[in-house]
Amino acid sequence: MIEIRGLTCGYGEKTILHDIDLSVGKGEFFGIIGPNGSGKTTMLRAMTRLIRPATGTVLLGGTDMKDLHIADVARKVAVVSQSMPLIEMTVREFVLLGRIPYYRKLQFFEKEEDTAIAERVMEMTGVRHLAAVLMSEMSAGEVQLAFIARGLAQQPEVLLLDEPTSHLDITHQAAILDLVKRLNRQEGLTVVIILHDLNLASEYCDRLVLMDGGRIRKVGTPAEVLDYETIEEVYGTVVVVRENPLSRKPFVMIVSEEVRDKCRGRS
Amino acid sequence: MKRRSMKVLLPAACLFLAAAAVTAIASGPAGIPLLRILTTILEGQATPEFGILMDIRLPRIILGFAVGGALSIAGVILQGMFRNPLVEPYTLGISGGAALGAALCIILNLHYVLPMTALPLSGFLGSCLVILPLYFLNMRRTVLRMQGILLTGVMMSFISSSLVFLIFAISKTQELHSIVFWIMGSLEEPSWTLILILTAIVVVCLFASFFFAPVLNALSLGEEEAVHLGIDTERAKKQLFLMASLLTGISVSLTGIIGFVGLIVPHFVRMLTGYDHRRLLVVSFLVGSGFLIFCDTIARTVISPIELPVGVITGILGGSVFIYVLARRQGSARPGGSL
Repeated sequence: MIEIRGLTCGYGEKTILHDIDLSVGKGEFFGIIGPNGSGKTTMLRAMTRLIRPATGTVLLGGTDMKDLHIADVARKVAVVSQSMPLIEMTVREFVLLGRIPYYRKLQFFEKEEDTAIAERVMEMTGVRHLAAVLMSEMSAGEVQLAFIARGLAQQPEVLLLDEPTSHLDITHQAAILDLVKRLNRQEGLTVVIILHDLNLASEYCDRLVLMDGGRIRKVGTPAEVLDYETIEEVYGTVVVVRENPLSRKPFVMIVSEEVRDKCRGRS
Repeated sequence: MKRRSMKVLLPAACLFLAAAAVTAIASGPAGIPLLRILTTILEGQATPEFGILMDIRLPRIILGFAVGGALSIAGVILQGMFRNPLVEPYTLGISGGAALGAALCIILNLHYVLPMTALPLSGFLGSCLVILPLYFLNMRRTVLRMQGILLTGVMMSFISSSLVFLIFAISKTQELHSIVFWIMGSLEEPSWTLILILTAIVVVCLFASFFFAPVLNALSLGEEEAVHLGIDTERAKKQLFLMASLLTGISVSLTGIIGFVGLIVPHFVRMLTGYDHRRLLVVSFLVGSGFLIFCDTIARTVISPIELPVGVITGILGGSVFIYVLARRQGSARPGGSL
C-alpha cells in the first residue's frame, strides 16, 4: 500500500531521515517506534506529502505521491495527529470537515451523502451522542475519538496515527487501539501508527519498525524487533523482556537504577 | 452568547442592514420626513430634496455598504488564515501605506492636477507599496510564511506611520489639516464612478471569498491539518492574502482609515455563527455594511452641521459594544472559547 524507496528528507537544510526503505502492505497494522527525535513523525509526514523527499520516492498504492493531487492523497490517506483544536466547533462540524476532499469545485454545502457518512463514522467511533458538543468541552479521549471519526469520514484506505494514546489513561488507550484494530480487521483499513509505549506497540501491531537517529534500525514482528539487546542499545535503558502469557507477544519492563545496582551488588 | 441558526441570523442581518440604510437616508440637516423621501424618490424629479437624497446621502450609503462589507470580509479572511482573532486588515500595514500615499499626494499638490482621482490613486499605490514587499519578502521558495507576514506587516505599519509623522512635521497647517482628515476616514466621496467601481469589486470579492469558505474552514485547524484534508494551502494562502489586500487597499484609498470594523465585526459575528466560514462570511458582510452605514449616520448628525470622522465613531461604538459583549460572555464563564 505504501512503499518508501531510498527516502532522504528533512526540513530545509536539516536532514532528518536517511536512506529509508520500507514497505507497508495492504490491510496491515504497522507500528513505528523509536526514541524521541528519531524521525517517527517525519516519516509519517513523508507519507502524507507534507514533506517532499530530497531523494527517493514514496509510493501510494503503486503511484508516486508527487504525481498525485493533494486532494487525491486526502481521499486515500487520513491522518490523526497530536494537535488539539482550540476552536469552537461541534463534533459534527469537525467530523464533516473530513468530507472536504470530496467537495466539488463549486460546492459550498455538504450533500446528504456527506452527512450520512458523518453520522455513520460517529456511530462507529462512539461519539454520536456527543455530536452537538463543542470540541473544546470534551475530554482528551473523546477528542481523540472525534479525530478518528474525522479521519474515517475521509473514507481512506490508509489511516495514519501519531501517538493517539499519549496523555490517556489505560481505559482510553485500550478503547482507542481496540477501535483502530477493529477498523483494521473488519474494514480492511491499512493502519500506520506511531506509538511511544513499546508494550502497546507490541500488543497491537502486526509489524514494527524501530527508528534510531533517522535511520531504520529493525523491521519485523514485535517478537523480532523487541529483544532486550536492541532496546537497551537504542533507548540507552536497561530493560527485561518477557512474554505476555495471554497474547504471546513480548512485554518490555524497565529496570530502575536502584534495582539495577542491587542486582549488580548481589552478583 | 448562544449560537443561532442561519434561519434567524440571515434575515436578522439583512434587517439590520436595511434599517441602517433607511435611517441613513432619512437623517440629515435638511430634515426631510420619511414619507416625503418615498414620494420624492418615486417621482424622480430634480427637486432640491431629490438632489440631497440621490447625490449626498445615497452615495454615502452605497460607499458605507461596500467599505463596511469589504473590511469585514478582509478581517474574516485574515483572522481565519492567521488563526489569530486579533489580526485585522490594518495589522498588515496596508492602511499605513495608503496614508503615506495620500499624505505625499497632498503635500506634493498632486490633487490639483487630477482633482477627482489623485487621492484615491495615491492611496492605492501606497497600499501596494506595502503589500508587494510584504508578499515577496515572505516567500521562501514556494512557501508563504505566515508568521513572517504578520511581523513584517506590523513593522511596515510602524515605518509608514513614522514617515507620515515626518510629513506632518514638514507640512503647512492647511495641508496638515487635509492629511489628518483623510487619515481619520470619511465616507464622503464625490465621484459616483469610483464608488461604483469599488462596489463592483467588493461584491465580486464577496462571491469569490465564498468559494474559499471550505478552505478557510480547513485552515482554521492549522496548515498541516488543512493539507491532510486535501487543501493546497500554499496556493490558497496566496490567493486569500491578495484578495484581503485588494479589499483593504481599495477601501482605504477611497475612504481613509476606518478602524475597528474589520476587527470587531468578524469577531462579534463569530460568536453568533460559530467557526463555519460559509455563515461567517455572509453574515459579517451584512453586519459590517450595516454597522458602517449606521456609524456614518451618527458621525454626520450628532453635532451637525459639523461632521465627525466616521473612524472615531466606529472605534468608540464598536469598542464599547465589544467590551460589553465580552464581559457578559465571561460572566457566564465558559472555558476555552476565545476564538
